[in-house]
Amino acid sequence: MGQSFYLFLIPLLPLASFLLLGLFGRRYMNNAAGIIGTISLLTVTILSLMVARDYFFHSGKVNGIYQPLTAFKYTWLQFSPHISIDMGLLLDPISVMMLVIVSFISLMVHIFSMGYMKAEERLGTYYAFLSLFTFSMLGLVLSSNIFQLYIFWELVGVSSYLLIGFYFDKPSAVAASKKAFIVTRFADLGFLIGILILAFNAETLDFGLLIQRLTNTQSSWSIAIGSASFMGISALTWGLVLVFAGGAGKSAMFPLHIWLPDAMEGPTPVSALIHAATMVVAGVYLVARLFPVFSVDGMSLDIVAYVGAFSALIAALIACTQTDIKRVLAYSTMSQIGYMMFALGVSKYSGEEGLGYMASMFHLFTHAFFKSLLFLGAGAVIHMVHSNDMKDMGGLRRFMPVTHGCFLIACLAIAGIPPFSGFFSKEEILTAAFHQNKLVYGVGLLVAGLTAFYMFRLYFSIFWNKQNTASGGIEVHQPHGEGSMTMKLPLVILAVITVFAGLVPFSTYITADGLPLETHTDIGFSIVPVLLGIAGIAIAALLYGSKNDRPEKIAASLSGLYRAAYRKFYIDEIYLFFTKKILFNGIGRPAAWIDKNIVDGLMNEIAGVTAKTARVIKGIQSGKVQNYALYFFAGIAGLTIMVIYFLGKGLS
Amino acid sequence: MNQIPLTQILFVSTALFFIGIYGLFTRRNLITVLMAVELMLNSVNINFVAFNKYLFPGKLDGIFFTIFIITIAAAEAAVAIAIIINLYRNHDSIDAEDATEMKF
Repeated sequence: MGQSFYLFLIPLLPLASFLLLGLFGRRYMNNAAGIIGTISLLTVTILSLMVARDYFFHSGKVNGIYQPLTAFKYTWLQFSPHISIDMGLLLDPISVMMLVIVSFISLMVHIFSMGYMKAEERLGTYYAFLSLFTFSMLGLVLSSNIFQLYIFWELVGVSSYLLIGFYFDKPSAVAASKKAFIVTRFADLGFLIGILILAFNAETLDFGLLIQRLTNTQSSWSIAIGSASFMGISALTWGLVLVFAGGAGKSAMFPLHIWLPDAMEGPTPVSALIHAATMVVAGVYLVARLFPVFSVDGMSLDIVAYVGAFSALIAALIACTQTDIKRVLAYSTMSQIGYMMFALGVSKYSGEEGLGYMASMFHLFTHAFFKSLLFLGAGAVIHMVHSNDMKDMGGLRRFMPVTHGCFLIACLAIAGIPPFSGFFSKEEILTAAFHQNKLVYGVGLLVAGLTAFYMFRLYFSIFWNKQNTASGGIEVHQPHGEGSMTMKLPLVILAVITVFAGLVPFSTYITADGLPLETHTDIGFSIVPVLLGIAGIAIAALLYGSKNDRPEKIAASLSGLYRAAYRKFYIDEIYLFFTKKILFNGIGRPAAWIDKNIVDGLMNEIAGVTAKTARVIKGIQSGKVQNYALYFFAGIAGLTIMVIYFLGKGLS
Repeated sequence: MNQIPLTQILFVSTALFFIGIYGLFTRRNLITVLMAVELMLNSVNINFVAFNKYLFPGKLDGIFFTIFIITIAAAEAAVAIAIIINLYRNHDSIDAEDATEMKF
């Protein structure tokens, strides 16, 4: 079948370019690295679009329902007659959608980086890492086996680590990469345990079989996992919650979100690719992938919904106070992922009630475009101003009209203003929440307003609000202007998609049960969120549209809350308290002491005694024949004396 | 004439033997070491002759042994001195401590 051949190429091409650039990139093709990476990604994007067309319009639909297709499967490790780790390629609506998103955004970022990273010495390495990331992310979305997904999940984590720490001579980047890696590793531990619980009970690691066995409430596997319990909670819930914990770590859900803002130390295009559009939604993808199983267990879905809603709210509040533009975007990402999570959490499996699932995927789709656009726009701004801090910016709209226009479109989209794409997906999410859970709906509305406010705060601070710095105006690095064609082109492409992505009839293609879903946009229902969005924009315009002291006054009047939000609600400090004070002192130090004094001490003592003995007795082996003769004689003499002594006794 | 008791002769030979041992252990000059070895051989010779005379006067075994030992000692001295001469040619010294090429 021709299709599976393309499918093979999709993950393998980035792998090939990773190997090529990783091995030879820096030495032989540093300048061509961008072109090589981009060409390989362009091919992958075209193949992905071909696969998507084929899946959605030809091969995917069987009897009107989109079926998961296993294009290829190879048993890699056989643990027992039932459990094996397979390497497979799975096609279903969400994996095909992710395939398109990942390859497309990655392509945009590759093109953008050619301009943004032009002056970088290690361009070959940079593109090698980007290719590695793309390979692992494509592998992740195509996984047909939960363990295969886990392997790629870790690979994604590694490449994220490498790219965050790309500027390894900057201590903050090194610290950020370590933080990201450790926090997500910690979450992945939960994920691994969750996998083991589910796989142990369902006796399979294959997604299809796993879902089939655990969702059929009559099957013996489902009964076994439902009846086994630990601390009053069934094994199924434990497994799902632990899997969700892994997803929450990657997707930066509260309380595992602390790494995401710091991850902004990486190059900006990387933030756009990894920490906005693709890797951070892996958690959402994971929950969606196992959604049929989640949907039979109400409790774990509730947890997903509340964690999502809480993260959305807290991130939106923090985003209102940050001044580093990339951090604002990072918190906004976290907030939007919270949206996707709670949309999944309030969803049911089939029919009208399955709206949340579709809405979540829809939001994932639109968010990927407008958020990567925002990040790339921010990258262009940073490229121009050479600073991340919005205090150093202002009035840039005259200097960078293209970036300004694209950024405005993305801001309108994320604020949920019609007819931009964010509006449609956000409406679906709020509708789903409204029908299932009023509390979550309320949080969603509040966050919608906050989102509009902080995004436009950012927008006005960057492009309007001429703030006079001490040097008398904004320092703009005119020589390279707004950036080369390679930087503008992706912005424009993404902006066009951001405008039109909302019009994709998403519900016909991607639903939890594979059946098309009728959605209807209710004007009356949309009014509230849109008005809230406009209100948020208006307040932002009032406060930040031109230079004034109103923001400071408001900040002063809300001093406690403002400071708490500015300090990110002290979550980092709480973590530090736990890790530094309690874990280090309570567990780390004693363990280190035992290791140093007892484990190592024993070994050192043995070695020391041996060395000391050796020092004493090495004098015996002097290499002088006469000494040996002396010992020999002494031995003989000793023996003689003994013989005489004993014989004398025996005789007498 | 009163015969000398066997013990006194043995005493002399033992003394000779230990003087030889002492020389063997303490001297670094190879010629002296060789001399010490000769001393020890001669003390053994005295023992052989004495035992033969006092315990088995009718036999000659002890005396034959002594002759053998003297012969071998002569041969051994020749070989040893040849070695020492070669050593001297190579090292300009016949000190046992200087011959360290094969050590360690």
